[in-house]
Amino acid sequence: MSITNTKIVYGLYGDDDDLLKAVKSIRKQGITIDEVYTPFPVHGLDKALGLKKTRISDLAFFYGLFGTTLASLMTWFVMNHDWAQDIGGKPSFTWGENMPAFVPIMFELTVFCAAHFMVITYLIRNKMYPGAAAKNPDPRTTDDKFLIEIKTSDVEKIKNVFVETGAEEVTVKGDFVQSNVNNLVQEA
Amino acid sequence: MSHYESQVREPLILGHKTYHDITEDIARPIENKSGKLWWICFSIAMVAFIFGVGAIAYTIGTGIGVWGLNRTINWGWDITNFVWWVGIGHAGTLISAVLLLFRQKWRMSVNRSAEAMTIFAVVQAALFPVIHMGRPWLMYWVFPIPNQFGSLWPNFNSPLLWDVFAISTYFSVSTVFWLMGLIPDFAMIRDRATKPFAKKIYGILAFGWGGGAKHWQRFEELSLVLAGLCTPLVFSVHTIVSFDFATSVIKGWHSTVYPPYFVAGAIFSGFAMVQTLLSVMRKVLHYEDYITRKHIEYMNIVIVVTGGMVAVAYLTELWIAWYSGSRYEDFTYFSPGAATGPYWWAFWALIICNVLVPGLLWFRRVRRSFFWTFVISIVVNVGMWFERFDIIVINLSRDYLPSSWTMFMPSWVDVGIFIGTNGFFFVLYLLYARTFPVISQSELKTILKSSGESYKKHHTEDEHHEH
Repeated sequence: MSITNTKIVYGLYGDDDDLLKAVKSIRKQGITIDEVYTPFPVHGLDKALGLKKTRISDLAFFYGLFGTTLASLMTWFVMNHDWAQDIGGKPSFTWGENMPAFVPIMFELTVFCAAHFMVITYLIRNKMYPGAAAKNPDPRTTDDKFLIEIKTSDVEKIKNVFVETGAEEVTVKGDFVQSNVNNLVQEA
Repeated sequence: MSHYESQVREPLILGHKTYHDITEDIARPIENKSGKLWWICFSIAMVAFIFGVGAIAYTIGTGIGVWGLNRTINWGWDITNFVWWVGIGHAGTLISAVLLLFRQKWRMSVNRSAEAMTIFAVVQAALFPVIHMGRPWLMYWVFPIPNQFGSLWPNFNSPLLWDVFAISTYFSVSTVFWLMGLIPDFAMIRDRATKPFAKKIYGILAFGWGGGAKHWQRFEELSLVLAGLCTPLVFSVHTIVSFDFATSVIKGWHSTVYPPYFVAGAIFSGFAMVQTLLSVMRKVLHYEDYITRKHIEYMNIVIVVTGGMVAVAYLTELWIAWYSGSRYEDFTYFSPGAATGPYWWAFWALIICNVLVPGLLWFRRVRRSFFWTFVISIVVNVGMWFERFDIIVINLSRDYLPSSWTMFMPSWVDVGIFIGTNGFFFVLYLLYARTFPVISQSELKTILKSSGESYKKHHTEDEHHEH
């Protein structure tokens, strides 16, 4: 199978429960799903797709540690190393002696670094930035429709799979096939 | 599919809504033109805002002496308003973060507006630490920036410096949390927009969001971790604000109960402000199906719980003042001395507005009433303003040396700046209500099948058929 033969087939579903069933059934048939677009987080979708757990929260932990370290170093350098002064009788001989006064700063910088660096990581990993082109191929997927995207060289097979799993619409690169499954879904 | 929700719970989305109905309802105020009422409110808020800007310009141009402060009472309306606005801001993060950690589904209809309120309130609060400075143009000296004075640094022992870190962290993290949550909703508006200008603007704001499975997975992880970070942040920020007083040596201020008590008070007043705003919003924007009587009741329960904590703190202050045996503690902001002293009216305003009137919320009929909720929410915010005024002014007015006892009278500039911040707040909030999706539609759609009225009924019927 060469890349030139590959086409993208979209199956549009009208309900999140139908979508989950379809995803499970398609994956059972050994077909790789390239992407699923949904208007809201469908719980259980990442499991059904077999997505790995995201690691951005692990990173947030280390960003937080960085913040704590930064605040500790900054307060030590400013208050105990560079200008170790007596301000209101506070002990400034060692960092440990005056540490309680630095806890608020250490805490805030921990949260600051963890939160902001995690958000930046999230945006980079998702390739999101102000004005980026919309990633969803169909505008209805931010409203109430659910879209499965499969790249394939065997278009007819994937089309049938979508129709069998209850897709409302099946589209191949502008090629449009209205299925009659709609009525079946409503009757069921 | 997995609907194990108890039938005891009331539905959170009324009417026979579909996913598309939610989209339509939330996009409507953005896509329609502003009504006459909006323009009237906006004009009034704008006039108040401009008046406040004038009062601030006059203060900076002339000097802090145009305020009613004196050498004994050197914090008056400035810090009262600062703490009041910061306090109001706390409910937003509580709703979006703490209630997320506790998996409270009812938060989804109110969190967006509560977070907006947080951000706009923190903007007002952040004005005061700057404009109450004698030399605000040297404000940047509070930041630890290497400089040509041999690198002269700020003093990290001061709670006022902790405030700088706390408020700027709080503001920036809350804003980012709010914006990340808004992205899927902006994408929804972008994908519906018909006018090219709106499509362009919401396209920029939507950051290219497409709603892919992996993106949603990361989105939920991000929301959860940010909620986990915002929860201690909320507690720490108002704690640090309370340190401005609690770490001092002023009688009535140096009290170890301040950190939790201030946080409880912040939630108390913040929820009251949410109630005030949402009571109007649900009517004006026709969101009665999303912000229901049950939502109002839940928030009133939070108000009555935190109001109870505040009342316990008042009694603790009174008890400890007496129990300490310190003569100076005889005239703290919450003592028989304050109740009968020259600021008796401020003391009793506090008792009436914060303890007696919100106590009515114990009655189910009151806390489920939209009218009484609206009235009580305003009373609570008046009371919480008096709480900060009492803490600051009463404690300062009579301290250790009788020769420095005095009274405080605000000038028109003090009042003008406060009015100005209210105007600015409503200018921002009214603009927000016209241009932002005020309910998080992507979150609301996740609970439609478990908490929607028609779905709940439907599932009950299903169970009868099966068994």
